[in-house]
Amino acid sequence: MATEVILPKVDMDMETGKITQWFVKDGDTVSVGDVIFEIETDKAAMEVDSPASGIIRDIIGKEGEDTPIGVPVAWIFAEGEDYISQVGGASSASSSSDAAVPEVAEEAVPQSADNPVLDEPSGSVSVKGVRATPLARRMAREHGVDLASVTGSGPKGRIRKRDVLAALEAKPAAVTAEPASAEAAPVAPAARDMAAVDARTRSLFEPDSFEEVAHDNMRRTIAERLQESKQTVPHFYVSVEVELDALLALRKQMNAESDAFKISVNDMMIKAWALALRDVPDANVSWTQTHTLKHKHVDVGVAVSIPGGLITPIVRSAETKSLSVISAEMKDLAARAKERKLKPAEYNGGTTAISNMGMMGVSSFAAIVNPPHSTILAVAAAQERIVPKNGEASIVTMMTVTLSVDHRTVDGALCAEVLNAFKRYVERPMLMVI
Amino acid sequence: MARNGHAADKGEVAANVPFVFQHYSRDELLDVLYKMYVIRRFEEGAENSYMRGLIHGTMHLSIGQEAVATGAIMTLQENDQIMSNHRGHGHCVAFGADVNRMFAEFFGKVTGYCKGRGGSMHIADFKSGNLGANGIVGGGIPIAVGAAFAVKSKKEEKVVLCFFGDGANNEGAFHEAVNMAALWKLPIVFLCENNGYGLSVSVARASSVPNISDRAKGYGIPGVTVDGNCVSDVAEAVSEAVERARSGEGPSIVECKTYRHRGHSKSDRNRYRTKEEIDDWIKNRDPIDRFEMELKQHGFGSDEVFEELRQRASATIDGAIEFAKNSESPSIADVSQYVYTEQAQ
Amino acid sequence: MTQEARELSYAIAIREAMGLAMEADPTVFLMGEDVGVYGGAFQVSGDLIDRFGPERVIETPIAELGGAGLCVGAAMNGMKPIFEIQFSDFATLALDQIVNQAAKARFMLGGEVSVPLVVRMPAGSGTGAAAQHSQSLEAWFAHVPGLKVVQPSTPYEAKGMLLAALEDPDPVMVFEHKLLYKMVGEVPEGYYTVPLDKAKVVREGKDLTIVASSIMVHKALEAAEKLTEEGLDIEVIDLRIARPMDKQTIIESVKKTSRLMCVHEAVKTLGIGAEISAMICESEAFDYLDAPIVRLGGTENPIPYNPELEKASVPQVPGIIEAARDLAKGVR
Repeated sequence: MATEVILPKVDMDMETGKITQWFVKDGDTVSVGDVIFEIETDKAAMEVDSPASGIIRDIIGKEGEDTPIGVPVAWIFAEGEDYISQVGGASSASSSSDAAVPEVAEEAVPQSADNPVLDEPSGSVSVKGVRATPLARRMAREHGVDLASVTGSGPKGRIRKRDVLAALEAKPAAVTAEPASAEAAPVAPAARDMAAVDARTRSLFEPDSFEEVAHDNMRRTIAERLQESKQTVPHFYVSVEVELDALLALRKQMNAESDAFKISVNDMMIKAWALALRDVPDANVSWTQTHTLKHKHVDVGVAVSIPGGLITPIVRSAETKSLSVISAEMKDLAARAKERKLKPAEYNGGTTAISNMGMMGVSSFAAIVNPPHSTILAVAAAQERIVPKNGEASIVTMMTVTLSVDHRTVDGALCAEVLNAFKRYVERPMLMVI
Repeated sequence: MARNGHAADKGEVAANVPFVFQHYSRDELLDVLYKMYVIRRFEEGAENSYMRGLIHGTMHLSIGQEAVATGAIMTLQENDQIMSNHRGHGHCVAFGADVNRMFAEFFGKVTGYCKGRGGSMHIADFKSGNLGANGIVGGGIPIAVGAAFAVKSKKEEKVVLCFFGDGANNEGAFHEAVNMAALWKLPIVFLCENNGYGLSVSVARASSVPNISDRAKGYGIPGVTVDGNCVSDVAEAVSEAVERARSGEGPSIVECKTYRHRGHSKSDRNRYRTKEEIDDWIKNRDPIDRFEMELKQHGFGSDEVFEELRQRASATIDGAIEFAKNSESPSIADVSQYVYTEQAQ
Repeated sequence: MTQEARELSYAIAIREAMGLAMEADPTVFLMGEDVGVYGGAFQVSGDLIDRFGPERVIETPIAELGGAGLCVGAAMNGMKPIFEIQFSDFATLALDQIVNQAAKARFMLGGEVSVPLVVRMPAGSGTGAAAQHSQSLEAWFAHVPGLKVVQPSTPYEAKGMLLAALEDPDPVMVFEHKLLYKMVGEVPEGYYTVPLDKAKVVREGKDLTIVASSIMVHKALEAAEKLTEEGLDIEVIDLRIARPMDKQTIIESVKKTSRLMCVHEAVKTLGIGAEISAMICESEAFDYLDAPIVRLGGTENPIPYNPELEKASVPQVPGIIEAARDLAKGVR
């Protein structure tokens, strides 16, 4: 029987090989050990010896073609042996190499059956970004507590078991009616509620009756900061009416002195308010969990309306600055605010703020405290009023200011004291410049 | 009782008659020849299966070294033990291993000697006294010394025959182990199967002494070098060393110079030796050809007898390959089995 | 036999175990450098040579690889060797025989053979022996399937675990801390074993679990005791066995305390503490953690000679106190 010449495996990881060159041709006589062809693997070329002596026939292994290992590429017929074509015949070798293929293939299939598919942890949507221990997360999951609403007492604000327990005791509102089961709560309560609220809001209007404007960062920041302030800062409001005639007269007089500056009423409000806080330093404060920070200077944030929102650049140490300096600074800050070119250092911080809507004609309003401030002074429009003075009706220019106060740091009496100091500076404006 | 019959009386020594023809019967010697055929066919079958992609890992073939395995092991007695090495198929066959189970191991099947966990380099059969092959060059030598230590501790009569290659004689393990065996006169024979190369590096380029047996002087034990392609010379030298070990005089080193016809392993490209050198060993110094000739000279066999034995060997190996192919593969679920005796991870 | 308590040193407890084993089983022998008339580098074998003779208490040449291999071969052939490596650092010289041979023989041979080998090694720092005689390499060996790795922490454990190791059919690496050899503690008379798959809760508590090994068990206990003054109630577990690790005892404890700290002398990076901590994160105990897991281990340097540097290189009681306090009180 003819001897098969196979494409041999010559490398550990070899599955196919390429015959680069046959050194014999059909009908040649070969001896055991003669080099009959050369194969190439990804690593090297190698010569293959003849496995038998005789006449080589049926060379079917083609040069340059990738051939699987173990496949016959030719046959050698012993001398005197009858030639029967082996091509396509059911030789034992080809069938055995066929049999080997699935075996190898099976081994190559990675066994994944034992790897359990990891369940997506429930509640992962809302608790992402929240720092909490695994125990706190599990308890929150089991009791339906929204971790986003829990304050962490651990290092870096990490929520721990005790915080979840505290939330469960103190704020049943933060807890949904039913504990979220592990399977049915892919979205945590808070996130789910928000989406529902939004949907309800939209449903109140006809579909084409509004245009949707996506929030930009400024809108988001305003929303977050003021929402947080309104929810966490216990506000109270105190108003006072002040006479403006003396201040307006002084302003006119000063502006007539030089073309180098043009003092606005607002500049004078900043100065008066800064001096009032200098005089009543207990109101020039910030709240922290453990301490009240008493500031040594009055840094006045001034709300500037710009397209799409507002921003509050800060006049630092305003109590030390002259009106002309404050005026020049405000002009520059307001101009750059409108171009959104302020540096963060120019609008972050501050110890108090002023919101002036006087030029917009409002008669009175209350503003929201912007932490770390404890106060914000809302300035309304100047109006001429008939006021009884010394038994006669006289016409006086009046203005209502409303102070919004963080009650954690500033109490009512203190608030009255600082407002009266302000009133004094406004009504006796010479005090501001001496 | 010798593994291949009994050594006849050594008293009646005929001049110029090789050792084995003085001490072994015709049948015993034909059985040795048969084992040489089986080894040769085994290795060829293994090589062929590898080339067809039926065998997963590499292997180290001992074609050309059959006289060492058979000549050495024929001198052992029933309970003696052998320590093999990475080129160990011949040792196993000569020691009487079941070629079906050997092939099944190559094929990674549960019917293999190691249930498919060991492969070519770890075939062992403790029950029969085959302490196993080893994947670490020199790794088996201290273990063989330990086996000999156990023999001595338990006051048994056994001898341990420890095969190692020329490469292993440069490992620290060899020196530490031989020193201890010599120090405590343990019943062991260190048999160096010097096939000329540690992978690609020749003995001359790796060892500081011309003969590995010269190392024996350093441990105060006998060392001898013989023609490893001559069954009789191997058997004579090993027989003497085994007797010395058995009588409590301690170990010896027997160096058998031989040659492997194939490369180191199946990824060897034979760049370090010439085709002429390989051809010379194959054509002019083949141990099987030589033993056949000697048998004929002593009237112990003819071409017909040899051909019949060859056919029988081929049939045995064909049967073994079939057995291996048809055997079951181990279950993947059992992958961590046999790590501990009391499996309780 | 009576089980009456009496006090013995850790070294004598080990010697007693070896003596009992050799009396009971003629295949047990002790082999190692200087274990004969010298009595062992740390005087552990002591007078065993007088009791059992040089055929069973065998001094080897200075040849760790050969000696280890000999013991592997003897173990495969019906003997029960105790191989003493003079310092655990020298196990590096015998790695082939331990890691490639002893650990794998049974597996490679398809379950044909077991290797009932016991390797005893003095380990750890504190003796001024510097970098090559002070290491804690147990994690190296615990990484190898096929080996068992134990670290007795008291004389009681030293004796009972060694006897258990000798009963075990597989290779067991026993790491004995040098500073514990002189430690005295209660040791029952006669034969008893301590199972090689159970950690031990040595102090119960509810605020924090400390898993410690070897000498660190004592340091952790001292720290826990001090911290009771601050109202902290700390649980201490003696790991005892690095492989196979008793996961369940640790998991149960962490579920109870919600806080875990691992303390070992071996270098912290990629140490057994890392394994314990990862194991807890993969287990059901993860959802009980109320603080990050803390590991204390050796610093990232070889053990220095200078005594102050040497001390600073491994966890000490004040450091354990500080870390445990921070963890239990939620500062970490």
